[in-house]
Amino acid sequence: MWVWLFGYAVLIVKISLVLTVVLLLAAYLVLMERKLLGRFQVRYGPDRAGIYGILQPIADGIKLILKEDLRPEAADRLIFNIAPAIVAVTALMMFAVVPFGPELSLGGRKVPMVVADINIGVLYVFALSSLGVYGVTLGGWASNSKFALLGGIRGAAQMISYELALGLSIIPVVMLSGSFSLVDIVNAQDGIPFILLQPLAFLIFIVSAMAESKRIPFDLPEAETELGAGYHTEYSGMRFGLFFLGEYVHMQVMGALIAVLFLGGWHGPILPPPLWLLLKIIAVALVMIWVRATLPRLRYDQLMELGWKVLIPAALLNILITGAFIAA
Amino acid sequence: MRIIADIMVSLAQGFYTTFKHLFRKPFTESYPEYKRPLPERSRARIILTRDPGGLERCVACYLCSGVCPVNCISMQAAEDDNGRRYAAWFRINFGRCIYCGLCEQACPTAAIQLTPEFEHITRDLLKIVYEKEDLLVAHGGKDPDYDFYAHAGVLTKLAGKGDHLNENPPVDIRSNLP
Repeated sequence: MWVWLFGYAVLIVKISLVLTVVLLLAAYLVLMERKLLGRFQVRYGPDRAGIYGILQPIADGIKLILKEDLRPEAADRLIFNIAPAIVAVTALMMFAVVPFGPELSLGGRKVPMVVADINIGVLYVFALSSLGVYGVTLGGWASNSKFALLGGIRGAAQMISYELALGLSIIPVVMLSGSFSLVDIVNAQDGIPFILLQPLAFLIFIVSAMAESKRIPFDLPEAETELGAGYHTEYSGMRFGLFFLGEYVHMQVMGALIAVLFLGGWHGPILPPPLWLLLKIIAVALVMIWVRATLPRLRYDQLMELGWKVLIPAALLNILITGAFIAA
Repeated sequence: MRIIADIMVSLAQGFYTTFKHLFRKPFTESYPEYKRPLPERSRARIILTRDPGGLERCVACYLCSGVCPVNCISMQAAEDDNGRRYAAWFRINFGRCIYCGLCEQACPTAAIQLTPEFEHITRDLLKIVYEKEDLLVAHGGKDPDYDFYAHAGVLTKLAGKGDHLNENPPVDIRSNLP
């Protein structure tokens, strides 16, 4: 009985810890992105709220909560309301399988430093990532606006296309570690991180990850210059905030996945393991921001061509080569 | 293979360019801390100037209010004991003013002028409407020596025919006869 309760207490502590860190990091990722993007464009970025603008995320949060919650009259009420939640919740739930440290022993019991060590962790992440598409598509459809609908359709097409490349690119990693569990994959990278063994897979994964989280060279679902704001055109206040949050949490999840699958997860010298994971996530986010500051948006046909004609064949080829090496 | 190499090179160039920009000093001027000196002729808050004698230049001719594209200037003309015209009241609604400067161009007496001072924002709507006493200043603005009444042949009790600058006394037309 007590052991059972202890397990639940540890789980709740872990969940709250992960959620706090993830949400806080999402808020400050926004600030980091805005500051860095500012510097990339030879301006300062937000620097008014607090010193160096460190209170900006809090100010933004207050603003979003206090804003009027508008709903278009012709919108499908129920779907319109739950679509932002789908995006945010699926993004947050993906963090459940990300290991942030080695096993601890607490009171004679082994406590894994992961919310849920599922033996199909990779599949779980991809399943949730696919569910996230529903939030985008339904949000765009339920708004009953042409721009939102176009954004939603593009979102669905883009995310489904790039999910294939994303899934195929990590099969070599799964082959090398022999497990779908993210914990086992991290443990398999004790010696060398998989980025050195699988540079092509890493490249395909990071490009697809940027497309999955709708980052700028692939931000067609929200293409401001074409669609107003794309699938969240009609959203305001905290509902828009949830889409925004979901996007940045998704960026973090992709950063965490890249860290776990290719950069060795929490492995690293001197610093404590969770900090290593955090640093790696931030490093990936920095690269994503750099890419955003550099590359223009792809045209729709270029996007599809890159996904179907370049990334998927390359990923398949990579599987073949890796398989040959493992068999040999 | 060529194409891939080209793509890689151009991508690397692009990323290098943005990376260089990361370490440049931003061009931004932080406004309330640093106030850039504005050009003398930049157009912002409107003033009513005085002539060198310290009298109001405005003769209430309504040209500024007529030319104003947003109708933000209104006034009431009057005449003092000396025969000089002036504005009994003069009102500019800065909530409407678009700072186009047409009033300044239209003004025959250089009375109404735009200044570079632009920080007259307020939360009180009624304070946005400036009355004559808010607009009047004690100097001549951009053209301090100009005095309309000293030049124009307008008859007042202060100056009769032939008393103005660069003006000859009136000729007796009969004396011009051959």
